[in-house]
Amino acid sequence: MDSGSLKIALDTMWVLLTAFLVFFMNLGFAMVESGLCRAKNTVNILAKNFIVFAISTLAYWVLGFGLMYGNGNALIGLQGLFFASGADNSPATGEAYAGVYSALSWTGVPFWAKFFFQLVFCGTAATIVSGAVAERIKFKSFLLFSIAICAVIYPVTGHWIWGGGWLASMGFFDFAGSSVVHSVGGWCALAGILLLGPRIGKYKSDGSVKPIYGHNMSTATLGVFVLWFGWFGFNPGSTMAANAEGIAHIAMTTNLAAAMAVLSATVTSWLLQKKPDLSMILNGCLAGLVAITAPCAFVSVGSSAIIGLVAGVLVVLSVFFFDKLKIDDPVGALSVHLANGVFGTLAVGLFADKAVCAKIGTDSASLSNGLFVDGTWKQLGTQALGVVAVAGYVLAAALIIWGLIKAVMGLRVKKDEELAGLDIGEHGNEAYSGFQIFSNM
Amino acid sequence: MKLIIAYIQPYRLNDVKQELFKAKVYKMSVTNALGCGQQMGYHESYRGADEEVNLLKKVRLEIAVNDGFVQPTIDAIVKGARSGQIGDGKIFVVPLGECIRIRTGETGGEAIG
Repeated sequence: MDSGSLKIALDTMWVLLTAFLVFFMNLGFAMVESGLCRAKNTVNILAKNFIVFAISTLAYWVLGFGLMYGNGNALIGLQGLFFASGADNSPATGEAYAGVYSALSWTGVPFWAKFFFQLVFCGTAATIVSGAVAERIKFKSFLLFSIAICAVIYPVTGHWIWGGGWLASMGFFDFAGSSVVHSVGGWCALAGILLLGPRIGKYKSDGSVKPIYGHNMSTATLGVFVLWFGWFGFNPGSTMAANAEGIAHIAMTTNLAAAMAVLSATVTSWLLQKKPDLSMILNGCLAGLVAITAPCAFVSVGSSAIIGLVAGVLVVLSVFFFDKLKIDDPVGALSVHLANGVFGTLAVGLFADKAVCAKIGTDSASLSNGLFVDGTWKQLGTQALGVVAVAGYVLAAALIIWGLIKAVMGLRVKKDEELAGLDIGEHGNEAYSGFQIFSNM
Repeated sequence: MKLIIAYIQPYRLNDVKQELFKAKVYKMSVTNALGCGQQMGYHESYRGADEEVNLLKKVRLEIAVNDGFVQPTIDAIVKGARSGQIGDGKIFVVPLGECIRIRTGETGGEAIG
């Protein structure tokens, strides 16, 4: 085997291995979300989290991938739209590439490796929504929205940022998807919550918040460990090549940010709630991971520690903030994916360091140093513009689609069904048959 | 002395507890219960096999009170648990022969209070 085909083989192994890790994150989400909700809704949440990857696979294959990566204009892909079936001579790269998905021509792996890696990211964005709207949304309404996010909403912003669209041309950077994946999922979740309203009993008439406890902290913890593990695919895999310096550096920044966020969330929760709340510690880990996702390949190891530290504080304050506004998010998805997706995107503008990029081999031709690196505002401005653009488009698109579903078939289950649990109402059976669970809410 | 036993909808427990506190009734036992009444049941199915489940999840309260507290306790439970729908539950009031506080050996009304 010559060194060229050896490189292709190794890169393909790396891309697929990390894609499988990201796929595994579906289990993480299923465990976190079902654990942090009540026993009576467990079957429903597991069913949603399971089926959403199947929907992603179909929707992203039929349309999503083409819309995101097909050659097109600054807003959407236009060529090779359907069934990812456009011309493509991967693994040829650069000048040698001939095909309609040139935004991915920088990576020298077979086409279906590219597709599969991108697919598992799309699946992640879709699964973020399910936790935020849990315990009250109709199963079929959720399924319809999942089709829309995978086929249309996610691919459009994906095209802007990763598919050679207008934000990419402006020098907006999001390495592994703080914006592309996490903020997009977060804004869709926020739109859903706004149209659904809070769970019955969450906010009392005197304005105070009633805690609705998660029913299984063991599965919630299992889920966050799985997600932490999966993130070693999410970020280091986004090199889409077995670039030794790069993947080692990114594994380090990813893990360090997560670790710092776990610690800072623990301390914040301890100070504000008198005792360290495990659900906040778990949210803290995810917050650090989301925040480091955009900057992981652009910042120094020291900066990643600071980013994680801030993320852990931010996520706890954000949970309190959303509860103040009576925005009921059972699993903290908005605080994790939206608040920290935005923060992580901006963190590129604060901490990006071209010297780091050069050392580890990150393509950073149009990247500027961050505010805290050389005192210039340019990159932060570009990142902020990207945040605002993604917010405006995704929130509007998601409100329209949620609104249409609401008008046609409704979003929310009936009151009696919500009280008895969606497991019986939506699926006709329960998760813990034979166990008596004290269910007074 | 009376023993008041009430079966209520599980999600009404907090409201009932609050009403009882307002009526200065602070002592109670609460257990899970399964039961059926007029409400009938619901339908479950598992892997193609159907089942009519007619035992519904309820919460059972037991409160031992002195005679002066019987009516206020009943009123509080009704106020907290009533929605007007079938399934709100039932209250049973039964005479209580004796009550002993284990720690002190007190009996009767003093042990309840």
